[in-house]
Amino acid sequence: MEKRKNITLFTRREILKIGFGLTAGTLLSTLKTKSLAKNFDNKDKKNFKKTAKAVIQLWLWGGPSHLDTFDPKPEAGYDYTGPFNKDIQTNVSGIRINQMLPMLAKNADKYSIIRSMTHRNNGHETASYIVQTGREPGTGTVYPSVGAVVSFKKGYKAGYNGLLPPYIVITSPQGRFSEAGFLGSFYKPFATGGDPNKDPFIVEGITMPGVSLERQIDRKKLLYNLDTLGNSMKDEPLFIKTDDFREQAYELILGKTGKVFDLSEEPVSVRERYGRNTFGQSCLLARRLVEKGVLYITINYTGWDTHKEHFKFMNTMLPEMDRAFSALLEDLYDRGLLETTIVWWGGEFGRTPKINWSPPWNGGRDHWGNVFSTVLAGGGFKGGVVIGSSDSKGEEVKERPVYPVDVIEAIYERLGIDPESTVPHPRGYDVKIIPGPEENIKRGGRLTEIL
Amino acid sequence: MKIKNKIDQLVLETLEKKGIIPSDDCTDETFLRRVFLDLTGTLPSIEEAKKFLYSKSSSKREDLISYLLEKKEFADYWSMKWCDLLRVKSEFPIKLWPNAVQAYARFIRDSLRKNKPYDSFVKELLTASGSNFRSPAVNFYRAVTEKTPLKIAEAVALNFMGVRISKWNEKKQQQMAAFFSKIGYKPTSEWKEEIVFFDRSKVFPVEPVFPDGIKPDISSDIDPRKVFVDWLVRKDNPWFVKNIVNRIFSWLLGRGIIHEPDDIREDNPPSIPELLLFLEEEMISHNFDIKHIFRIITESSTYQRSSLFSKNNQNDNKFFSRYYPRRLEAEVLIDAICSVTDTSEEYFSPIPEPFTFIPWKQRSILLADGSITSPFLEMFGRPPRDTGYESERNNDISVFQILHLLNSRHILSKIREGSGIRRISAGAERNTAVKNIYLAILSRNPSEEEKRYFFSYMTKNKLELNDALNDLVWALFNSKEFLFRH
Repeated sequence: MEKRKNITLFTRREILKIGFGLTAGTLLSTLKTKSLAKNFDNKDKKNFKKTAKAVIQLWLWGGPSHLDTFDPKPEAGYDYTGPFNKDIQTNVSGIRINQMLPMLAKNADKYSIIRSMTHRNNGHETASYIVQTGREPGTGTVYPSVGAVVSFKKGYKAGYNGLLPPYIVITSPQGRFSEAGFLGSFYKPFATGGDPNKDPFIVEGITMPGVSLERQIDRKKLLYNLDTLGNSMKDEPLFIKTDDFREQAYELILGKTGKVFDLSEEPVSVRERYGRNTFGQSCLLARRLVEKGVLYITINYTGWDTHKEHFKFMNTMLPEMDRAFSALLEDLYDRGLLETTIVWWGGEFGRTPKINWSPPWNGGRDHWGNVFSTVLAGGGFKGGVVIGSSDSKGEEVKERPVYPVDVIEAIYERLGIDPESTVPHPRGYDVKIIPGPEENIKRGGRLTEIL
Repeated sequence: MKIKNKIDQLVLETLEKKGIIPSDDCTDETFLRRVFLDLTGTLPSIEEAKKFLYSKSSSKREDLISYLLEKKEFADYWSMKWCDLLRVKSEFPIKLWPNAVQAYARFIRDSLRKNKPYDSFVKELLTASGSNFRSPAVNFYRAVTEKTPLKIAEAVALNFMGVRISKWNEKKQQQMAAFFSKIGYKPTSEWKEEIVFFDRSKVFPVEPVFPDGIKPDISSDIDPRKVFVDWLVRKDNPWFVKNIVNRIFSWLLGRGIIHEPDDIREDNPPSIPELLLFLEEEMISHNFDIKHIFRIITESSTYQRSSLFSKNNQNDNKFFSRYYPRRLEAEVLIDAICSVTDTSEEYFSPIPEPFTFIPWKQRSILLADGSITSPFLEMFGRPPRDTGYESERNNDISVFQILHLLNSRHILSKIREGSGIRRISAGAERNTAVKNIYLAILSRNPSEEEKRYFFSYMTKNKLELNDALNDLVWALFNSKEFLFRH
């Protein structure tokens, strides 16, 4: 199938070249994608089944060590394993993960591990950009992240009519590379701010401690009465739009919708199961948001950039992550939501397999983009599968390299977003959401193992 | 209908032909606020507002325009605009780096402060050679995503001709690009210093031809950029003057005579061709004096119309029969909130800024570097300075923006904790306090009805004056009169 598509593409390209001479590349790509998308729709319907409605992206900013999580190397020796020198059997025979993740080990049937992720880039920003856009940086175009593309393809302008934003980040944005790229600010995520582990959890703009409900209502009246210009120009289209948004905003502040952020509605046992820490409660919030129909949730989980005293930090972070991630999978599963919700776990890269014991690092791991692990669960992806492998010390890909773009394409497929479709660039041309062969982006191929 | 200058005559002729009846002249209060925001991106102070509103002079509007054109804020605000268009940014995908950003932004601001003739400004930008620190205009050739002749030609055409050359045929693009094919770049031993120079060793990939089809003779010892600029700034260049006057018009009226203002082409005709022609003539007869164009537009009745519309002109969106309202830009909005509350913003930059210091209470308008930003600026659509397109700035309104203004700690703490409100209301009896708040935020006096409503709100909720005034400030910040130019 893959092959046939490529043939079509090149043929068409040749025809265009002959037909128009070397016209602007933009025209070419527009025509090309349009005609292709049509072919795709006609031919591929049965292989292209929409199974997912939402994505929860667990973004481990800084880069988690692959050895200490889903790709343990107990045989590699202490200079590689450090104190985490054992692996454990999961509930899927043949799959073993690091001893530090016992709760996730009981859920391996729900997720699949890609152990051969690679992009060979060791800068935080650049690697984050590659992992979340599938593109190489420095091309002159700032591509949108997966969340922004989903928000474009399935958000407000594509039939989404939830009162909650379609794309939410818990709690703060990642900075420039989590953003909407050329799609612009409309497609940026709504950042909750605050700390979901605190009571009350203050969501910027939605919850305001110290202002009572009555006072909010009184102030609303004050605003409407003193909106003199607005009241004298009620037909102004811009003002009508503003009023609509104001009503929506008040539904979030005063109405039921905003209650989704009130985690005290959950039983104590549930909150404990996820773990009473920021990441645990973020996962719980993500589940609540998925229940309300939010399309794409990124949990920006910081603290993984452990150049110094790596193991000291991992001793608290790994159990926290193990608890929350496994709770999320189990909870989604129990509620019948895992089938339609993709959970995407990973960071921008892995960490150096060989530990730096010398001071001042005292057991640190640095950035490692040559090989690292990503986990995909739910949303129609098969669980209990391991894709690819790294070498005996986790330093290079051993077999089946997988590039970030392959993961992104698989996610789009499960969401029913045609990977060959496009989004508009403000300069007036269309850009493919997944790079075509003409962009020369390295590919490992479709993730057939789990699709 | 009042005719103040030829702009009005030409607009009215068109409106008459189309059967459109223009809106009335706006009030002094509206004009005051509008012209301050449009020329300086800044609200009038209470004193400035009173001075204008209580003046009996028949030339008070013209006098105010002259006053604003000479204010420092005029240059500050328009250098922000130029920094957007010229992509002044430290990193990604433009890579000017911090030192060069500061030098370049200062060059732009100084040029505007001196009211440098527009042709000289462009000439300096396009022909400069030397270090990006010491000869800041050379940064024009560095503020592109790729330093290739084609990308540079694209930027030159976009900025100074209002043309998107991607719509031209390949050959024509390459012929223009050839003028920029002998630019050399070399590093120095200083961090991120770069020399831009005329590289004689390079050869033309294709023969350079001007976009109007004329082929120049360029001997090998002449910098082809100079030849291009001489052609560009000629008075009869079909794009150069048209581009700048049309842009200024669109900046002030919210819509270009040709729209989008950076998409000039034959199949995108001006809505009022005679008007565009007139502005071009004015620019040339006044030796490329940018302020003159700002002045004649803001002095016109066309600019000074009310934004209220009638059934007759409600559908007009391109003949300027009324003033089209627009949301305040991100920087203007937050600067206004900070200035009324006397508070500061906190900025961040995702890249190392070793030599950048941002003083407390730095205005957002004055941020030189597109890489330095704040969550508010991002939420309210500040342009990323990636492409130089006017449309990069997003002045749409969103639910999140409204939520933020209504109910965020960011805004509420400014109101509660800033000293600005206390200062204008301290010791004043309540009528004066309310009046000062209205003047500071909406640049006008409150009506009797507004005052009555506010005092009844205060009584009904049993509020202390200070608490009630905070609520008043909050309500006015959220009013459409504050959020929009109108």
